Amino acid sequence: MPSTELLKEADRLMTICNACRYCEAFCAVFPAMEERRTFSSGDLTYLANLCHGCQGCYTVCQYAPPHEFGVNVPKTFAALRSETYADFAWPGFLGRLFKWNGVAVSLAVALTLTLVLLLVFGLQDLEIMFGSHSGAGAFYRVIPYEAMVWPFGLVFLYALAAMGVGGFRYWRSTARNGFRRLTAAAILGGILDTLTLKNLGGGGGGCPYPNETFSFARRIFHHFTFYGFMLCFAATSVATVYDHWFGWIAPYAFTSVPVVLGSLGGIGLLVGPAGLAWLKMRADPAPRAGALTGMDVAFLLLLFMVGATGLALLTLRESAAMGSLLAIHLGFVLALFATLPYGKMVHGIYRMLALVQNAAEQKQSIYRN
Amino acid sequence: MADLGQLYDVLVIGAGNAALCAAITARRAGARVLVLEAAPRHFRGGNSRHTRNVRYAHAAATDYVTGPYTVEEYWDDLLRVTAGKTNETLARMVLEQSETVPDWMMEQGVRFQQPLSGTLGLARTNAFFFGGGKNMMNTYFAKAEELGVDILYEAEVTDLTLENGRCGGVKVRHANADHDVTARAVVVAAGGFEANIDWLKEGWGEGAGNFLIRGTPYNKGRLLRILLDHGARSVSEADQCHAVPIDARSPKFDGGICTRVDCVIFSVVVNNKAERFYDEGEDIWPKRYAIWGRLVAQQPDQIAYAIIDSKSQGIFMPTVFPAIEAGSIRELAEKLELDSAGLEKTVEQFNAAVQPGDFDATAPDGCHTEGLTPPKTNWARKLDTPPYYGYPLRPGITFTYLGVEVDEKARVLFGGGTPADNIFAAGEVMAGNILGQGYAGGIGLLIGTVFGRIAGEEAARRAVN
Repeated sequence: MPSTELLKEADRLMTICNACRYCEAFCAVFPAMEERRTFSSGDLTYLANLCHGCQGCYTVCQYAPPHEFGVNVPKTFAALRSETYADFAWPGFLGRLFKWNGVAVSLAVALTLTLVLLLVFGLQDLEIMFGSHSGAGAFYRVIPYEAMVWPFGLVFLYALAAMGVGGFRYWRSTARNGFRRLTAAAILGGILDTLTLKNLGGGGGGCPYPNETFSFARRIFHHFTFYGFMLCFAATSVATVYDHWFGWIAPYAFTSVPVVLGSLGGIGLLVGPAGLAWLKMRADPAPRAGALTGMDVAFLLLLFMVGATGLALLTLRESAAMGSLLAIHLGFVLALFATLPYGKMVHGIYRMLALVQNAAEQKQSIYRN
Repeated sequence: MADLGQLYDVLVIGAGNAALCAAITARRAGARVLVLEAAPRHFRGGNSRHTRNVRYAHAAATDYVTGPYTVEEYWDDLLRVTAGKTNETLARMVLEQSETVPDWMMEQGVRFQQPLSGTLGLARTNAFFFGGGKNMMNTYFAKAEELGVDILYEAEVTDLTLENGRCGGVKVRHANADHDVTARAVVVAAGGFEANIDWLKEGWGEGAGNFLIRGTPYNKGRLLRILLDHGARSVSEADQCHAVPIDARSPKFDGGICTRVDCVIFSVVVNNKAERFYDEGEDIWPKRYAIWGRLVAQQPDQIAYAIIDSKSQGIFMPTVFPAIEAGSIRELAEKLELDSAGLEKTVEQFNAAVQPGDFDATAPDGCHTEGLTPPKTNWARKLDTPPYYGYPLRPGITFTYLGVEVDEKARVLFGGGTPADNIFAAGEVMAGNILGQGYAGGIGLLIGTVFGRIAGEEAARRAVN
């Protein structure tokens, strides 16, 4: 359960907003609020996770601080979201990592990097490490195939499972009593809203972020980040299929499907996180929950480093630097996988579930259709 | 950057809708413009921060309005709500120009939205600003800055330097110092005086001390007073204003839209003697909310209580403060600090007078009382299903109508009707020319926009020639 103070504040804000309703064209949060007259902790958790933090409602709010009503919905919802991330984490005690997430993720990076480097340099002949390799199996001469697939595969599956449990816990605590009509259309609608970031469209003009002028900058950089990540994931999946089913061993040609996908993804992971961090630095800090900045920046930096080291590895894969770069790249990737369920990544799971719930609710709404 | 030492072409006093429309228009006409805003940046924009829509004439439905609204229908509405207290020449000019207003606003970057909910039945006649009035004002400020209009916040005009109806500039208090700023023309768009309780008392008596002010606390009427003291002709009266019933627990100032209580038509409304005083069900709420502010203001201690039972909870817009809840009328009276025997008697008499009928929350349903004074002519249902709920109501003053007389060029008229050489007025400070009394939602914003544009254009012409 999120803290009582925060729930009380969120309840106070939603009561003011529900009597005002000037913001109802911005995003899904306010129409969802209008379906309700009172707000349970589940309702507030749902609304907080439905909020994309675009800051539109704060920028145009006649009650924003220093008005005595002090309405700051993005800030309160961001704080509430961070509490839900901790509450729904699995195993539960690791939820504490959200309290000091910037530090936690940095430590995880340091730890996995050190671990991978120690293992590689400890177990592998230095001549091989600093030698040039080419042709099929070049990477595996530095780090054997099994040493790559098993640890990374297992950590990744663990991350998926942990996030799955979190999602289940979130759903159980937010879906309303009697909420049963989860149709295929609702699921599809929610996923589509997630993939398009419809709610960062601000009803047509974008978000007033980083300043009062509305723009699509955040949505575009988020797309670079998300689709960059997905392209990298796709590259790895295709490579796995190549290796496993066709017996085509990496590294692959620059024009091959895995390398093209991975290169585009890597560029996405440079442009997207850099752009989002740049916007964040320029943005008004008032509508932001201070505690979250560390988590956001750590995640963006980690994604950026995964992209940067991946592209460096690709560029220099035939040089003597390949062995070291491979180890460093894998260190960052392992840190990313290990911290997925205990970092900013989880927002995607809860956001998507909230959007699915919203799509289902809007279909049933007595106010619409 | 504002430079108080230089001679400006046009000084705009105030920074609400009318002021920014004037500043943008004057700047586009080539004038060097300085906007002087008394409020800090956070509270800039005057009462326009709290607005949501503009009423304008249009020939057909668009993306933002659901049907046509002709100038003639608009004129009929204005004539009805003002009971003829309007300057027909100015009013017709405003209504005719209203057709161009949304397009002009969009040229400045303002966006509109489809009316979704809580729009008080204005979907056909009024266009709603995307995100409300503060967003509109943010857009105007951004546009003004982009065009090179200078804007100075926390700059309070304390006097005009006037000679024979000609203004040489203004005295400004800014950053703990007094400055003389010179200009070739001045636009006064600094709002009314609703935040000046002493002035309200001149019109309403001591009871005005109990009024709540929905709008900005910065509208002290200083510029209106200065103009009147210098001999400008006045229009309307000190007790004429747009006033709606709002929750008595609302902030003294600046409570804006969310303090509204929209349950009057479903209620039994009593004063602090536990007596009813007006037909609550006279017409649909959008057509009656504007008269209830005055009705409450005329009650003892300027307070009233709207009482419903559980049948009516949830059929009107949610309120910002929770209802006061009780299991019986007697208990509710105690909680509202009303005479419990008196309230029980009022409710008993009301219940006995209610005639059977088919209740319909969405339209006048003919459910009425018989043999009761005053009657309730629609939505009359017995108060018989606990829990009972009470909302304390106070008059919420939105904006005042007492203003300066202007001509069709927005020039302030002095003495026997002589137009000022270079003093123009727009917005609430002159809205009384058109709104002598009464109110129609979204017309104040229109008057500000049309006269703001005229004042800006005329002031620029006067300054540049």
